[in-house]
Amino acid sequence: MNAKRREVLKQGGGVTLLTLLAAAGWLAPGAASGQTWNKDAFETHSLDETMKALGGGAPVPSKDIQFVSTPDIAENGAVVPIGVTSTLPKTESIAILVEKNPNMLAAVFDIPAGTDPALSTRIKMGQSSNVYALVKADGKYYVASKEIKVTLGGCGG
Amino acid sequence: MADPMKIRANLVGDSTEVKVLMNHEMETGQRKDAQGKTIPAWFIQNVTATYNGKTVLSAQWGPAVSKNPFLAFKFKGGAKGDKVQIVWTDNRGDKRTDEATIA
Repeated sequence: MNAKRREVLKQGGGVTLLTLLAAAGWLAPGAASGQTWNKDAFETHSLDETMKALGGGAPVPSKDIQFVSTPDIAENGAVVPIGVTSTLPKTESIAILVEKNPNMLAAVFDIPAGTDPALSTRIKMGQSSNVYALVKADGKYYVASKEIKVTLGGCGG
Repeated sequence: MADPMKIRANLVGDSTEVKVLMNHEMETGQRKDAQGKTIPAWFIQNVTATYNGKTVLSAQWGPAVSKNPFLAFKFKGGAKGDKVQIVWTDNRGDKRTDEATIA
């Protein structure tokens, strides 16, 4: 296992120059479609505002969105594992929002066709709060929430 | 230049499972240093994963993503020996590209 890890590291370092050289031409199409950052959406403080910034209406609560391997109580607010799975057909994007963080929106993932609408990441939480998983499927927004208790804050300190 | 990412890509059934660990401070812009000055925000804003020139996942992140971010996702298809490429860009315009071979 260790040997493999080295290999991955080595590859990671080795290809850098090549990929950098290729980046100019390679990234041009991506820059147009994927490299935007929705500043407004990341500066919102409520679910309504975020929805407006993302350009959607009020989301419908859905049981087809599940939190996977997400704790009820997080010991360390700086690293809270969040896994979201959607079984809604035509899931286009998944967003993770934390109600009581300084800015609500934590991350937005665009799911192209062929990619499973299931992913996991780690986020920071300032305090115990509701966490929303917002899913856009077939042009409509759906939401699920889960309360996560934080025993040690992740923002400020 | 930031440190390299650790990427694992494994073929599971007919899907490829990708796990990425990035090296980044992910400073929120909320914290203050010992002098009481705000530490400016520094975080990854965009992440794009591509396989065979096709985007398999793109993400926009805020500062609320943890330090040294972890990301796991799955896409259909993929073949052993092919490469998955991950690119991130942060709010200072720094960029890092790494790729991994599907195993």
